[in-house]
Amino acid sequence: MNEKVGTPEILYADPRQMTLPSPRRSVEPDPSAPIIACEGVAKRYGAQLAVDHIDLVVPPGACFGLLGPNGAGKTTTLRMIYGATQPSAGTIRVFGLDVVQETRSVRMRLGVTLQENALNEVLSAVENLRIFARYHRLPRADVERRIEELLDFLELRSHATLPVRALSGGFQRRLAIAVSLIHRPELLILDEPTTGLDPAVRLALWDRIRALRRNGTTVLLTTHYMDEAQRLCDQLAILSAGRIVAEGAPGALIREHLALQALELDLGLAEQTKALGELHDVRRLRSGSRVVLFADDATALLETLRQRGGIGDPSAVVVRPANLEDVFLALTGTALEAGA
Amino acid sequence: MSVSRYALSVWSRNLALYRRTWKLNILPNFFEPLLYLVSIGIGVGAYVTEMAGMSYVAFLAPGLVAVAAMNGASFEVTYNAFVRMNFEKTYAAMLTTPIQPDDVLAGEILWAVTRSCIYGGCFWIVVSAVGLAPLPAALLALPLIPLTGLLFAALGIAFSLRIPSIDLFSFYFTLFLTPLFLFSDVFFPLQERLSGAWLWVAEALPLLHPVRLIRHAFRGEWAPVLVWDLAYILVLSAALLALAARVTRRRLAA
Repeated sequence: MNEKVGTPEILYADPRQMTLPSPRRSVEPDPSAPIIACEGVAKRYGAQLAVDHIDLVVPPGACFGLLGPNGAGKTTTLRMIYGATQPSAGTIRVFGLDVVQETRSVRMRLGVTLQENALNEVLSAVENLRIFARYHRLPRADVERRIEELLDFLELRSHATLPVRALSGGFQRRLAIAVSLIHRPELLILDEPTTGLDPAVRLALWDRIRALRRNGTTVLLTTHYMDEAQRLCDQLAILSAGRIVAEGAPGALIREHLALQALELDLGLAEQTKALGELHDVRRLRSGSRVVLFADDATALLETLRQRGGIGDPSAVVVRPANLEDVFLALTGTALEAGA
Repeated sequence: MSVSRYALSVWSRNLALYRRTWKLNILPNFFEPLLYLVSIGIGVGAYVTEMAGMSYVAFLAPGLVAVAAMNGASFEVTYNAFVRMNFEKTYAAMLTTPIQPDDVLAGEILWAVTRSCIYGGCFWIVVSAVGLAPLPAALLALPLIPLTGLLFAALGIAFSLRIPSIDLFSFYFTLFLTPLFLFSDVFFPLQERLSGAWLWVAEALPLLHPVRLIRHAFRGEWAPVLVWDLAYILVLSAALLALAARVTRRRLAA
């Protein structure tokens, strides 16, 4: 996905990206072979099926987003992909390797940022980076150079030697991402990277994720922020109750499941029946008196409704582009009605 | 088990954190034995002419070395390991790297043994410095310190992996380690106080075996029963660690 939204042009010329060499590439027989390929993957906990036979393919260089409400199975799917837990059924290949058989080899080449920062709070940023370098058993000579790169890349230098517990949430999050990049992974897995962060920090993190992608790193992330998914990811899978209910590029998902534009109205129940009763082919979401109708030309639809006198309070009318949030709600939450 | 050199990564992570605080941590390790030796050994000992053929304080010293090794290992694999596993998510982070559950367990055990060497070693130095560890015989006690650490690392981790709440450690310390401390030949010879059947029961107590080994080492004596003591420590440790490895894999990879 190109960086079309909210990123000032100046960031593309950012010299910091020059300090980050390309990830280690091992010999791949086919450069277009998928980085991740899940086939019929399921995970059962007792009687509960947390992940229900999903198929997933992440091509090299992609930013792939796993979307879903809490409890949809996003984190479990990630944990199976990096081999922290074994699937109850199906196979997962990462870099072409079977994750269950070759867990260690796979984990040498990917980095994971967990939902909760698992940092040592009494240690400094630099010391935390060194500990993760030890986890990967990186040669000592390379480690200090790599730490310098990461301090610049994630703008950690100003507080690099303070104990982590003294740092802000945004700083800790950046450090959590830095530690998962210590070994120059080819694949970065981010579990809800910006949850709980303020908007400025989120923008800065998105920019860093884009910079990583420009260097060829494949990114797999989970989020329940639709704007994040829409701006960052070029491919998405929406997960609901352990199943993939939709998959594709953000724009295509919106077109496929809804329409280009959305028309929001406030209508009482009686008005809803009267005004919308005959609009059989118009997709809609309803939450109490708030009705969202989807059409490729919402203005024309509004005009039709106005002629029938069914637009409710005119000041509550909103015409806007349909977005991923609409798709998400339609597929996972509020009932989507598509006429009779 | 598929233990690898990555176990050393786990061990060195703990070492890195310990090095932040070792100056504060290590001082009590020297004071604790002094307090016991002065209070019990010299204070109570003044009323005891001799015990098992030696001065009371000389009887007490080797037992306390074993107790120090027990305590050093026990704290690491109980409270500290539980916090790392359940609160700090240290193990979850390790499992995003090439480290595997078996490495985590092996690294933690190795670290607990290291702590037992620090605790027990400090105690041994103090006891030697005040002339209660006859050299060179008492040097034989040194390899027994990590062995004691291994036994209590295995016991502690097996317990830690099975409890749902950190509060239950008070049971482990109060109802398990404290009775061991009081009834494992440290303060008085069980042989002289217990009758036949009870002596057999006492052989089940884990601390009894390191105490007997270290006391014999201090005296530079050998006895056939020491084979049983060594076998007890090695077999029980191995069995508990095999069990712990199974539970670790299940818990960390659930």
